[in-house]
Amino acid sequence: MTKYIVKRLLLMIPTLLGVAVLIFFLMRIVPGDIVELRFAGESSYAQKENLDKERARLGLDQPVWRQLVTWMAGLARFDLGTSMWTGAPITEEIRLRFALSLQLAIMATIVAILLAIPLGVIAALRQDTWIDYVVRVISIAGLATPSFWLGIVFILGLLIVFKWLPPMVYTPFWVNPVQNLAQLIWPALAVGYRYSAVATRMTRSAMLEVLREDYIRTARAKGLWEKLILSRHALKNAMLPVLTVIALEFAFLIGGLVVTEQVFNLNGLGLLFVEAVGHRDYTLTQALVMLVAFVFIFVNFMVDLAYAWLDPRIRLR
Amino acid sequence: MTPARSRSAARRGLVAGLAGLLLLSLVAAADAQDRPRYGGELVYVVPTEPASYDGHREGTFALIHPLAPIYSTLLRFDPTDRTGTRVVGDLAESWTIAKDGRTYTFKIRRGVKFHDGSDLTSKDVKASYDKIVNPPADVISYRKGQYTAIEAVEAPDPTTVIFRLKWPAASLITALASPFNWIYKADILAKDMHWYETHVMGSGAFVFVEHVKGAYWAGKKNTSYWDKGKPYLDGYRALVVKDANAQVSAVRAERAHVQFRGFTPAERDSIVQALGPKVTVQESPWDCVLLVGMNHEKKPWDDKRARRALTLALDRYQGSQALSRIAIVKSVGGVQVPGTPYATPPAELEKLAGYSHDIAKSRAEAKRLLKEAGVPEGFSFSLKNRNVPMPYEPVAIWLVDQWRQIGLQARHDFIESTKWEADLIAGNYEVAVDTQCSYAVDPDLDLYKFQSMGVSGNNYGRYVDKTLDDLYQKQSRALDAEERKRWVRDFERRLLDEEAHYFYTLQWHRIIPHSAKMRGWTVTPSHFVNNQLDGVWLSE
Amino acid sequence: MAVGRPVEIAADVPEAARRRRWIAAVGEFCRERPLGAIGAAVVLLNILVGLGATVIAPYDPLATDYGAMLAPPSAAHWLGTDAFGRDVLSRIIYGSRTAMVVGFACALLGATLGAVIGVASAYFAGKVDLLVQRVMDIFLAFPLIILALAVVSILGTGIGNVIIAIAIPMIPRAALVTRSSALAIREMPYVDAARAAGFRHRRIILRHMLPNVMAPYLIMLTAYLGQAILAEASLTFLGLGVSEPTPAWGLMLRGAAVQFAESAPWMAIFPGLAISLAVFAFNLFGDSLRDALDPRLRAQ
Repeated sequence: MTKYIVKRLLLMIPTLLGVAVLIFFLMRIVPGDIVELRFAGESSYAQKENLDKERARLGLDQPVWRQLVTWMAGLARFDLGTSMWTGAPITEEIRLRFALSLQLAIMATIVAILLAIPLGVIAALRQDTWIDYVVRVISIAGLATPSFWLGIVFILGLLIVFKWLPPMVYTPFWVNPVQNLAQLIWPALAVGYRYSAVATRMTRSAMLEVLREDYIRTARAKGLWEKLILSRHALKNAMLPVLTVIALEFAFLIGGLVVTEQVFNLNGLGLLFVEAVGHRDYTLTQALVMLVAFVFIFVNFMVDLAYAWLDPRIRLR
Repeated sequence: MTPARSRSAARRGLVAGLAGLLLLSLVAAADAQDRPRYGGELVYVVPTEPASYDGHREGTFALIHPLAPIYSTLLRFDPTDRTGTRVVGDLAESWTIAKDGRTYTFKIRRGVKFHDGSDLTSKDVKASYDKIVNPPADVISYRKGQYTAIEAVEAPDPTTVIFRLKWPAASLITALASPFNWIYKADILAKDMHWYETHVMGSGAFVFVEHVKGAYWAGKKNTSYWDKGKPYLDGYRALVVKDANAQVSAVRAERAHVQFRGFTPAERDSIVQALGPKVTVQESPWDCVLLVGMNHEKKPWDDKRARRALTLALDRYQGSQALSRIAIVKSVGGVQVPGTPYATPPAELEKLAGYSHDIAKSRAEAKRLLKEAGVPEGFSFSLKNRNVPMPYEPVAIWLVDQWRQIGLQARHDFIESTKWEADLIAGNYEVAVDTQCSYAVDPDLDLYKFQSMGVSGNNYGRYVDKTLDDLYQKQSRALDAEERKRWVRDFERRLLDEEAHYFYTLQWHRIIPHSAKMRGWTVTPSHFVNNQLDGVWLSE
Repeated sequence: MAVGRPVEIAADVPEAARRRRWIAAVGEFCRERPLGAIGAAVVLLNILVGLGATVIAPYDPLATDYGAMLAPPSAAHWLGTDAFGRDVLSRIIYGSRTAMVVGFACALLGATLGAVIGVASAYFAGKVDLLVQRVMDIFLAFPLIILALAVVSILGTGIGNVIIAIAIPMIPRAALVTRSSALAIREMPYVDAARAAGFRHRRIILRHMLPNVMAPYLIMLTAYLGQAILAEASLTFLGLGVSEPTPAWGLMLRGAAVQFAESAPWMAIFPGLAISLAVFAFNLFGDSLRDALDPRLRAQ
């Protein structure tokens, strides 16, 4: 088992390196210059000397390879650097937004699980009946609606019908749980509903698979409820692909909910991403990409570990 | 008199007295409604955040809206003036201008204190303006080019500041009233010129409380503000709300009183429909405009006949009617916002290319010019534009439609904002939508851009026109208002009509629907001006 | 996602019999899975509407009419007009064409390229497999939005570039899925036997491995079709997709539509419905297809 763990850990490194190099060069291929962007804006009077001063201050006049080395050396020290746009340390820029995105991701995942597992199980127990159809239609509807559309409908609905708007400013959960939940429950529902779709489907097929086991099938005399109880052990293993899917989607939720954040006015990582790229803020974009990639790779690693643990061939090695 | 009659007389007297008292109290109440009330927190929404906190370094309204209340400036625009052009003193009590226009002497108020308790004197004004006019090598002054006329700033005594100019500058007073020219503390600047990029400390009506990135800014009342009796508010809170629909929702749900930049006609209508009498709408032409820039280095746009054809094809009046329903554009104007001192008189406006009411004649002329210039029927070219919905997309769709009427096939080329800027700067376009927003309506500010490439930092048309440069200098130094008007008209005629280097589409339209409780704020053509909030109060 | 027994392309069944078997299969599909059949029908409808747009649409989708701006549904304009007086119905019909083009191009590009990479990686194994897996991992870990933003910023907007921006993140996912299916085949002893017998790589891949990844490939294809349409709508909403005046459903939902959501709701309702219906149909069909092709789930 230890050999397996070590091997997987080592494999994380080239992936992270690859992501780092990719984002570094990708940002520099994209046309547009942060300095020109700041000082050649809507008002007139842009002066060339201003532009050159800024470039020197940001280190953009250095040769590209040296910029790369400086940055990667910083990464190795876990120093993300400072934002080119505001000059503030990147950890400061990210901190609050990461807290929000993380909480939203967790809440959405909980909503997804709470929807997917019961619905999937029921659909499987009553396969090919109208209940099955209804569940499938509901979950596919979740996949089919554009997320921003759902968000706009939510907000308009709250506004027009209840004349109420969720809190506009993020308060951390430990500061004021009511305010916090009042703001985040709506996007969590919208996002969770969408993500439950895939999980519902997988739960259904996993449950169906378990129901085909002989000892379950032969218990024809017993009711469906009994079948459920009998299958609970087998269900645990069958749920593994479901949990895999949920875990992978969770990684996507961090920093990927750009449209949701825009519509619900959330100060999260997604919008920070878009802003950073729009500003051509190299350091901030690079740091954000590394963060998101790391979360994704880490979650993948944990899932691999879970599989390995459950597979005695690997565990006992 | 019988007892009954005397009783009824007394009763009548009592009723009259009561009625009179009632009337008096009603009048008093109405009067009180118009008298500023103390207390309350003003909440407004801001769409973006600035890069740094230094007003001398930034050019965005995203810095002005949350931090202007914290600072004082030497001069400012009169908050009650709808044209946003009348200059009054903020820190300056009074000023005199020498006859030759080369010396400006300002008297600074006594008793002004910074928020850290220290006194504000002329040396602080001098230090701040030295930073703006002549910054050291590693400090950036965004509007440095506007103050080239200033030779030196002197502070002979604690209440006097003198500006000595190299040549007379007609717009110096406007330039000194820039909402960005915050007065910083000289001692702090002496220690660290970059301090104000990451810190906030001023002398204005409000004291800075905090800024939570991406969330909100907050300020509280300055109890030792020099203008006794002000501010009326207890404080303010500026919420960062990036999505336009979310901003509208915030005002609709009465979570915020106002958004100081501007809403679209549809957004205004939805707010008015939802809140009815609880909302007041203030509108004004905006000192922002979408221009059409033509790359003079690409054929056929080097030929002024082709350029003139493009502007002649536009039926601005019909466009104004149609587009003002769906976009934030409205007025048809020349180089200055209609209603301001140097705006084009209607009779003269008619004569400029593209402003005639006889659109059929204009379009016939346009077709003729195109033929003369050798541009074939159905000629296709790209119109580069930012892919921002308001008002870039609607105006571009209108432009392409209008050019189709004279047989030109313009292709929409919407690109990401940053790339659009880069392409404009590099000259990588044929025809493009360009934009201009000034912080105040002033010929110096609004005409600067159109000078020759090399003189003006953002002349993206890539042309050189010495006559135009000359006219700019003449109007800039003309101290007599009438003379200046003549030069401005000459400049305008050459820019928009004779040479058609650039032309204006429609003036943007600033629509501010705000809570009826917010009083003491007047809309102006500039969204950079009138944000100090010292005169704003909240009614019941 | 392994498929049960390997399927072989039998070369000796006569043409007519094969066609009959096909038709019978389709019929069985419609009977047993009515939801999927409905989905397929809607998809077919979308494709036909998109192909015949020039004939079906009552107006030119680009024609502005400032006299009839924001007009409610009426006899002249069945679904009303938008902020420029353009007919909403015509724009939705032409939008179907854009949606189908984007959907199919992205799905085909993404799924096919991914399948090729996945199968090749599984077949050649060893160092090749390891390298390909690393590269795919890198792209998988890379945030989708940044990729799309970068592609659009570099190449500009426009249908072609949008297709590339959406297809790129699909490739590694497709590769992963097909790789695991192909791996299951590779372990089979008869593949080794074929190698030993001297059959060329190409023959083995085409005859043995490819048919077995057909099922997951088709399922992925239908899933990606729906996802691509949604991705285009989201990208356009953010300003990174196709731009005015192209008639595209996502574009119709941007800007003016939401502003006028209360005074002119037809502008936003119909494109939103069109997107939801199309994606819904694709997903229904794909869902039932998956059930049909996955032998473990066939009702006994």
